[in-house]
Amino acid sequence: MVREVDILKILNEVNDPEIPVLTVLDLGVIQQIYLQEQYWIIELTPTYSGCPAMQQIEVDILAKLTEKGITNAKVKHVLSPAWTTDWISEEGRQKLRLYGIAPPVNEPNKSVLFSDPPKVACPKCNSHDTKMVSLFGSTACKAHYQCNTCKEPFDYFKCLK
Amino acid sequence: MMEQSALFEYVLRMSDDSLILAQRLGEWCGHGPILEEDIALTNISLDLIGQAISLYDLAANLEGKGRNHDQLAYMRYELEYKNVLLVEQPNGDFAMTMLRQFFFDAFRLPLYEALMQSPVEQLAAIAAKSVKETRYHLKHSSEWVIRMGDGTDESHKRAQDAIDHLWRYTHELFYVDAIDHALLADGKIPNMETIQAKWMTTVTSILQEATLEIPKNNWKFEGGREGRHSEHMGYLLADLQYMQRAYPNMEW
Repeated sequence: MVREVDILKILNEVNDPEIPVLTVLDLGVIQQIYLQEQYWIIELTPTYSGCPAMQQIEVDILAKLTEKGITNAKVKHVLSPAWTTDWISEEGRQKLRLYGIAPPVNEPNKSVLFSDPPKVACPKCNSHDTKMVSLFGSTACKAHYQCNTCKEPFDYFKCLK
Repeated sequence: MMEQSALFEYVLRMSDDSLILAQRLGEWCGHGPILEEDIALTNISLDLIGQAISLYDLAANLEGKGRNHDQLAYMRYELEYKNVLLVEQPNGDFAMTMLRQFFFDAFRLPLYEALMQSPVEQLAAIAAKSVKETRYHLKHSSEWVIRMGDGTDESHKRAQDAIDHLWRYTHELFYVDAIDHALLADGKIPNMETIQAKWMTTVTSILQEATLEIPKNNWKFEGGREGRHSEHMGYLLADLQYMQRAYPNMEW
């Protein structure tokens, strides 16, 4: 008899295709898991509306479940409640840092124009003397930063609330 | 009019606004004035495409004729697109693109904020998701409008030229007809006058800070919401729909 906890354990082996150190559970994109008319329904919520990784995540989830012998599963895309970076787990934040991406910090209100960019610590040398190069980075969820101490350029996972 | 079909039409109009503007922004890919801006414009485009997919999915459900988001996006004729004329206007220079974006973002943000309260659950969910992205977009376009307007003589002139050219298309953002009246009467959508007032407040304060002026000329263009488009739309769709027209039902 498959239980919810078994599904969770398998989902913990499914990684984000864009940031492969994070599992889908670390990322906080799994909303609910339940059994409905003989099917395990896995509710998946997107990080950003246009995030192209979502379709791949669905494919990867179903493939991993099938590999473990669970063939009666479906992925359901849900938008509400909307994902926020607060749902990235503590472990996920640590993994991001080790991978070279600065995890989200609390940011000032977005309606304030020309506000100072968020103070982000360098994931390489931990210096707080860093600068934002571009608010828009390599993917929708990231901004581009550079460390003034070790000079290393790095990605910052933008705060989304 | 059946409420379901009014809602379909309303959501389709929103979807088309997002898709057509996304297509225009995508044209900047590889042509941005600086690398960071190239990435910013295409990131914003991607957000709009994502929002369009959610909105088209909802429209397709409401329509109930078995069409999917791809068919709605790629397999309709020009007269069936209901986007406002503003979003289909050519990119022009960077000032023209940014002013077009600013006028649109300043409209979309209060619209999404209000739609979060809609009893149409799916629409409220899309609004709640998209509002966060739209805040970023408005911050970005507002800052550029101020930088350009309050910048050099050349950037100021280009920004003012863009406003003078685009102003005639902004009235249509607040277009309402029987579809809106029916949905408003049922409490499904917000009152457009409220949205317009908020838009005007944002536009007035940002343009003032940018030392730019609102044109006195009140000439208005409209027709997009009824499928009557400017001469630019056909060329845009020829690009947008090329793959589906050449290879129907193709997938990546």
